[in-house]
Amino acid sequence: MSEYNTVIGLEVHSELNTKTKCFCGCKNEFGSNPNTHTCPVCTAMPGALPVLNRDAVERAILMGLAVGCRINNYSVFERKNYFYPDLSKAYQISQLEYPLCVGGGIEIEVDGKKKFIRLNRIHLEEDAGKLIHSNAGTLVDYNRGGVPLIEIVSEPDMSSAEEAVAYLQKLRSTLLYVGVSDCKMQEGSIRFDVNISVNKDGEPLGTRTELKNLNSFRAVLKAIKYEANRQIEELEAGRAIVQETRRWDDEKGRTYSMRSKEDSQDYRYFPDPDLIPLDVKPEYIDTIRARLPKLAPQRIEEYKSWGLTEQDAKLLTDEREYADFFEAVLKEFNEPKFVCNWITAEVFKKLNAIEDEEKKIPVNPSELASMLKLYKDGEINQAGARKIFDILWEKGGNPVQLVEELGLKQMNDTGALKEILQKIVADNPKAVKELQEGNEKTMAFFVGQAMRATQGKANPKMVADIVKELIK
Amino acid sequence: MSYLDYSLTEVLALLNQGKVTSEQLVNECFERIEETKDLNALNSTYYDEAIKRAREIDSARKQGDKLGILAGVPIVLKDNINYVGTKTTCASKFLENFVSPYTATCAQKLHDAGAVVIGKANMDEFAMGSSNENSAFGAVKNPVDPTRVPGGSSGGSACTVAAKQCFASLGTDTGGSIREPSSFCGVVGIKPTYGRVSRYGVVAFASSLDQVGAITRTVEDNALMLNVLAGRDEMDMTSADIEVPDYTANLNKGVKGLKIGVAKQFYSDELCDDVKNSLNKVLEWYKSEGAELVEIDLPSLDTALAVYYILSSAEAASNLARFDGVKYGRRAEEYSDVVDLYFKSRTQGFGKEVKRRIMLGNYVLSSGYYDAFYRKAKRVQKVIRNEFVSAFEKCDVLISPTTATPAFKLGEKSNDHVAMYLSDIFTVPVNIAGVPSLSVPCGTSSEGLPIGMQIIGKHFDEATLYQVANAYELAHKEGQ
Repeated sequence: MSEYNTVIGLEVHSELNTKTKCFCGCKNEFGSNPNTHTCPVCTAMPGALPVLNRDAVERAILMGLAVGCRINNYSVFERKNYFYPDLSKAYQISQLEYPLCVGGGIEIEVDGKKKFIRLNRIHLEEDAGKLIHSNAGTLVDYNRGGVPLIEIVSEPDMSSAEEAVAYLQKLRSTLLYVGVSDCKMQEGSIRFDVNISVNKDGEPLGTRTELKNLNSFRAVLKAIKYEANRQIEELEAGRAIVQETRRWDDEKGRTYSMRSKEDSQDYRYFPDPDLIPLDVKPEYIDTIRARLPKLAPQRIEEYKSWGLTEQDAKLLTDEREYADFFEAVLKEFNEPKFVCNWITAEVFKKLNAIEDEEKKIPVNPSELASMLKLYKDGEINQAGARKIFDILWEKGGNPVQLVEELGLKQMNDTGALKEILQKIVADNPKAVKELQEGNEKTMAFFVGQAMRATQGKANPKMVADIVKELIK
Repeated sequence: MSYLDYSLTEVLALLNQGKVTSEQLVNECFERIEETKDLNALNSTYYDEAIKRAREIDSARKQGDKLGILAGVPIVLKDNINYVGTKTTCASKFLENFVSPYTATCAQKLHDAGAVVIGKANMDEFAMGSSNENSAFGAVKNPVDPTRVPGGSSGGSACTVAAKQCFASLGTDTGGSIREPSSFCGVVGIKPTYGRVSRYGVVAFASSLDQVGAITRTVEDNALMLNVLAGRDEMDMTSADIEVPDYTANLNKGVKGLKIGVAKQFYSDELCDDVKNSLNKVLEWYKSEGAELVEIDLPSLDTALAVYYILSSAEAASNLARFDGVKYGRRAEEYSDVVDLYFKSRTQGFGKEVKRRIMLGNYVLSSGYYDAFYRKAKRVQKVIRNEFVSAFEKCDVLISPTTATPAFKLGEKSNDHVAMYLSDIFTVPVNIAGVPSLSVPCGTSSEGLPIGMQIIGKHFDEATLYQVANAYELAHKEGQ
């Protein structure tokens, strides 16, 4: 059934990390006690009015600029009317006809192939509250109600589950670079809806379904594959695809029909008369543009100029967190190549072992800088460096003190090493012979013996030099 | 003569001279409220709180403390204005027991100026109506003739001032809801420019048209009230950041040289003879005072009522959706699921007229009808607005009757909705254009009923309205 094309478009909702909500002064904060961040505005008391949070507008514009959108000088907030208990006003303030940002796009790479995914728009809207189902019945928490969201809508430019995930990863990475959202999937601060259809070459686009309840990249990947197959099987069986919203069940690994287009609501959008149209002047956009942080492509160029390979530079800039961490270590220990090697080898090894899709580096960069300095200066050897790094990862600490406490100071005393090695050489004539015959690998045996004799503290380079001298 | 026979301005002077105390005034007001309670003007009163506050102000005045410009004067709020700790019912069963958790900016400003809030006025439910017969708590009666309506929706606010239960009240005006009842009850009422007074805390009917304004017994009192109410409010993005002049400054400047516009569309055949004659006399008098009468054409005026019912209903349908039985207000006692909860709570909580407007509003916004109704109405609104703006290039104010007839009988139009909607035909265009307008008494009918004229001005030019109105009032004051 490979003659089918899959056509995928994505809608991404991302909460903006403003201090206060979009239309009132309540705190925008996750995890507080229910209904502690509420006021007459976000609980929709009669007579309360929304006041637009300028910071939310600026953050939405920042993201728009980062992905090449055109920022509309005139944009309008509209009311999306529907009843649901978590929606206090029974309408959501959103944008429809005149969104804040239009166009733009991002480049993704799958299996070495680059592809540009176009964006349709980015608009600003407010989040709803949350229903809590308990023994006492269903309760509502309005803490999240009115938190600013941006909705990023792509064109249907993706043709595989892998492309969709690459797009989402790139989008999330960009949001984090721009610094406008925390993008925590578990807290729901970034959420995805997938629109998907299948068709054959040369035929018009198929009927699409919308997938909801996708809480991880893995879920997106599996759901798209499942749904594309389902649609193809339906068509092959001579049945038509129904335009509908389908819910992904992660445990069962399948999608279920939630509601069809016939039951879809008429949202009766109209401009919100409580909010005047947004007038974003070009000069204002320029001041916001000036605040745009350095994004991945700029940082890659910078790192290359410091002597890093393109591949290393790309690895380090994959997520803003890595790049920021790298730069923070460099601030105290300016050895780009040396630091890069440790991060791409040791730090990434530990990160890869984390199951979670949202990985954080738990190490304090200045502690790592201090450890790497000791390592570079030969105060500790690689084994000692790894030992200290394990501790920095687990709980942190002062590497200088740790070297003392754990007795990791490298043995750089030629006389003492010579004494130890003289005995090892005398005890292992066979190995000596091999080495003399030019088998360089045998050196590892001597280093290993020296380490054993010194509880791992011997300076391996000095050991090699002394052994060479002794067997001459 | 009772202190209640004085105007707000006069009684303020007496208070400041120490000739009367706020406590005395509050007591007299409550006596009058009791005597005239059959008018059904008020939904709630706060005697204990009012007396306590009056005493505080009296003692502060005795000590020579600096007081606000309305210090000690009893006033009434319309029952759709939040005032913390008091009931705000909007004359609806839905909010029958709703207690405000916060205070509206306009009420706060009055409070800060020292006014003593003594109660809240009856109204048409959610401000939808022209006769005050749509109240869940019963109709209000016209104090001039209790068999007649006081007008609406601020019928209680006009009635309480006309019946001298207080010295001033606040109303809200979306299509004439301050001016029509002011005209029917023989008092002075202003619908300020859209954006002049904050709407924060005032329960919304149609957000793009609603304005808060004062109802008083004299023009001077009204100007003084607007001095307190007007101004930018950070809590209302639609409030204008435009300087507030002293509205009492031009009161005695007269009308010599002013251009008064007369648009024929306001003097149609629907006018009853009494109103027509009164207005003719008014215009003649202004001419005799040196004003110039200018003929004005407002060709699209007859579309305003249709535009109004589309826009106001659309906004109302959305604004009233928050009354869903989930958070506050009425919740049906029995329901099977959340949709049933919405359905029953709203069915039980809203009156007929409110339901009619919600249905109308959802219809004009619904998919497939939006362009034909809502979008077209917004376009026509621009045309009407531009016609007013052009008119004011040729004149300083427009004068028209406030209503085509004096107050009608209770029940007379209750079953004829179109006739009821037509009561606002002269006031509605003003809200559509966003300009300010003042209704001022200008005579009585053969049956002794008050007749009002409407003075319409340029955006944010309320000062000229007061100037023009005060000239007439001074010359026609009945001897006290």
